[in-house]
Amino acid sequence: MKLDSKVPEGRLEDKWRNYQFKSHLINPANKKKLNVIVVGSGLSGAGAAATLAELGYDVQCFCYQDSARRAHSVAAQGGINAAKNYQHDGDSVWRMFYDTLKGGDFRSREANTYRLAELSAPLIDHFTQQGVPFAREYGGVLVNRSFGGVQVQRTFYARGQTGQQLVVAAYSQLYKMIKAKKVEMLPRHEVLDIVIIDGKAKGVIARELSTGKIKRFVADAIVLATGGYSRVFRLSTLAIGCNGSAIWKAHKRGAYFAAPSFTQIHPTALPQTSESQSKLTLMSESLRNDGRIWVPKKKGDDRPAKDIPEDERDYYLERKYPSFGNLAPRDISSRAAKERIDAGHGVGQLKNAVYLDFKHAIERFGRETIEDRYGNLFTMYRKITGIDAYKEPMKISPAAHFSMGGLWVDYELMTTIPGLYAIGECNYSDHGANRLGANSLLQTSIDGYFILPNTINNYLEGELKAKRPEIDHQEFSKVEAEVKDQIQSLLDINGSRTVDDFHRELGKVMWQECAMSRNKKGLEKAITQIKSIKEDFWKDVKVTGSSDEMNTELEKALRLADFIELAILMCTDALQRDESCGAHFREEYQSEEGEAVRNDEDYAYVSAWEYNAGEFKLHKEELKFEFVKPTVRSYK
Amino acid sequence: MKVTFKIWRQDSPDSKGELKTYETDGLTEDMSFLEALDHLNEKLVLKNEKVVAFEYDCREGICGQCGVFINGRAHGPHDHMTTCQLHMRSFKDGDTITVEPWQAGAFPIVKDLVVDRTAFDRIVEQGAYITAKTGTAPEANSIPVPKEVSDAAMDMAACIGCGACVATCKNASAALFTSAKINHLNKLPQGKAEQHTRLLDMTKQMEVEGFGSCTFTAACEVECPAEISISSIAEMNARYVKAKIFG
Ligand SMILES: Cc1cc2nc3c(=O)[nH]c(=O)nc-3n(C[C@H](O)[C@H](O)[C@H](O)COP(=O)(O)OP(=O)(O)OC[C@H]3O[C@@H](n4cnc5c(N)ncnc54)[C@H](O)[C@@H]3O)c2cc1C
Ligand code: SF4
Ligand code: FES
Repeated sequence: MKLDSKVPEGRLEDKWRNYQFKSHLINPANKKKLNVIVVGSGLSGAGAAATLAELGYDVQCFCYQDSARRAHSVAAQGGINAAKNYQHDGDSVWRMFYDTLKGGDFRSREANTYRLAELSAPLIDHFTQQGVPFAREYGGVLVNRSFGGVQVQRTFYARGQTGQQLVVAAYSQLYKMIKAKKVEMLPRHEVLDIVIIDGKAKGVIARELSTGKIKRFVADAIVLATGGYSRVFRLSTLAIGCNGSAIWKAHKRGAYFAAPSFTQIHPTALPQTSESQSKLTLMSESLRNDGRIWVPKKKGDDRPAKDIPEDERDYYLERKYPSFGNLAPRDISSRAAKERIDAGHGVGQLKNAVYLDFKHAIERFGRETIEDRYGNLFTMYRKITGIDAYKEPMKISPAAHFSMGGLWVDYELMTTIPGLYAIGECNYSDHGANRLGANSLLQTSIDGYFILPNTINNYLEGELKAKRPEIDHQEFSKVEAEVKDQIQSLLDINGSRTVDDFHRELGKVMWQECAMSRNKKGLEKAITQIKSIKEDFWKDVKVTGSSDEMNTELEKALRLADFIELAILMCTDALQRDESCGAHFREEYQSEEGEAVRNDEDYAYVSAWEYNAGEFKLHKEELKFEFVKPTVRSYK
Repeated sequence: MKVTFKIWRQDSPDSKGELKTYETDGLTEDMSFLEALDHLNEKLVLKNEKVVAFEYDCREGICGQCGVFINGRAHGPHDHMTTCQLHMRSFKDGDTITVEPWQAGAFPIVKDLVVDRTAFDRIVEQGAYITAKTGTAPEANSIPVPKEVSDAAMDMAACIGCGACVATCKNASAALFTSAKINHLNKLPQGKAEQHTRLLDMTKQMEVEGFGSCTFTAACEVECPAEISISSIAEMNARYVKAKIFG
């Protein structure tokens, strides 16, 4: 299949408008006849479901948690970007577009990235209208701060819980439409497969988690908004339930998977302290606005931070990247931390951390200001570690955080399966090989609120004439039987190892070989290892309980089964890309100073994988840069 | 570290439950409380027993999904903390730890430690929003909001919907939760147009769901992870009188 990105004609500034002019419209009476399934209730899912319902469609919205409001978008602390230029510091749509494209190391589509910047300002208007309590100046106007990888202040925030506040707004808007009887909410329902009829996405099979019941749902179009899949590493900043199952099943049924290996490793999470740890808590990047990162100059220096004099501290980001300093982009900061830790300068119990120090900021601005800016982050740090970060520096460490990769989508956010859309973190769209901080809440919200509701009609208009399949269509029966079989086989294995035990093993391989730094030999080894984990898993996992009850162990097993297969594709993708770009750092391709060396001649494309019965087949979407010239991404 | 867990086990909403005892070894102080339960569950699987069902998602105190009674206190021994933020260093080797689900008529048990809190969603459904469609927003800075007002709204908006306030209240009142939701929007200029109906409809739903009335015991504010103060309820009540007159 040839990949058609469907990028509209015209100048960058006109593309989205041109698209809207030309796209099909559906009159309100007809919209009522159409029904859309939205899988996910995070910012992308809830935003899409609420807006589609406002436009008149009938919507069913799914989430696996007990309430729509718990989607992992709640965990975003730092903020959301918008080119408002409120600070009068030279920001503009163009600059934001350029920062994002460059931040992604020129591995995203110009037109998508431009649209992201273009729609950012109206999104802040939207959320303000919905009652999000963004931070304000005394005069009542909105405040901004800066985030990694940019030199202007364009980040909006609500204390340290921007994500939570945006989700509450989206969830409330969703419940407004539930009250209007335009949305049916299905919490505690996990989508386990997609039903394709005559080549089009027409339904899903879901498991009701509180009873174990397997159910069928039919629709005229399906939207996946299931979030990131970095739990493939097991230890990550994601929620424990975050999974790749819905997109993986969609992939197996024909949706291409783009750049699966592009994973952002966040530089400022709390370090791992033990084997039994289940997650790594993020400390917002916004802390790098005022915190300074350092390690002791002397290897293995065991003195407490306060006893290490200034001239024996290495503020390595400020040293290596003087113009961006502590605000260097994430991939660069993470790699720099790894480099220092591997060289023996790590601090903390397991020597796997670096310091993030607020001493100078407190001296300069006073404790009160710092408390006002980051109060709840400091409280969170104390709750988890028992340490007061006003008195001694935080210890932080890199952690798997965000999936730039995801289902391949065109300009309309449609996957390669007609009628199947992917929005939010689960698609591959605007971020390229590295996402800039505070750009994801933006992308995920814009996909759901502004883009999808404007593009889906183009497809649905054609479905008006088509008859919706019956729920007892043979394809539904077939897919349902496959889902039930998979569940039964898992329960029947009755082996000797727990699901978590397998997940720990998978996580270690992925972290070692497919995270911050990769090489050919390691990736090849990882693929062999994961294949053998897969074999062992299907021979030796043990899941107790039954299928027709709430069974949290079975839920985990189903998610892990998909993660294992996805992990193989991630390593395959990383192996294929013989260059370093953004978060994808291949050790073979680096400069003498250890910086990434990109290869635009051979790799200026998005890899899009076809499942092909497990023999993954590579397709390429060539990236054409018509409006900007790719440059070497330097933050020196 | 070794502890004795006494955990409420109940197969389904209608079956009878009971406390069961589990001696659990091999824990460390660094483990979070939920990781200790994970650890117990892995042991149970290997002994061919069903795992304990308990709730969590983010495990960083923000999603509001976790929440159990630990030795008789909602979210465990500390004030203003979620269950997932609790670590085993808060217990001693050899301790007995009793773990039970939230208990409130409006939060029926689903299984073991898992309860159904959708009553909260239905309260929200009655008006915890601003009725404005996507695409109709004016320029954000065209509505100035004084910092004090915005900060005060933020204090209220911080509620994570965990239900600890209800669970810990002897009347099983949802007043802290509902007041936080109402005050967040009613404080802001954007929320003014619907302030009275919002308040009347949401408080009515509280009763429909079978939550009890608030008698100001202040038990809720001690447990609330978002540190919503009981003055939020007083504010709601004052607004209620106004809504009755003008609404
Ligand atoms: C700790 C943390 C901090 C972050 N901070 C920032 C920040 O400051 N700024 C920023 O811009 N970005 C930040 N991000 C990134 C950003 O928050 C996410 O990328 C974004 O919120 C994802 O939104 P989403 O709607 O795509 O997915 P989510 O919010 O994760 O929602 C996924 C939804 O899908 C549902 N779901 C998943 N699988 C299934 C299934 N199989 N069946 C049914 N339902 C399913 C879930 O129940 C949930 O409702 C952060 C991310 C993390 C992890
Ligand atoms: S008011 Fe506090 S205790 Fe009650 S639901 Fe909200 S966060 Fe939880
Ligand atoms: S698991 Fe999210 S608040 Fe505890």
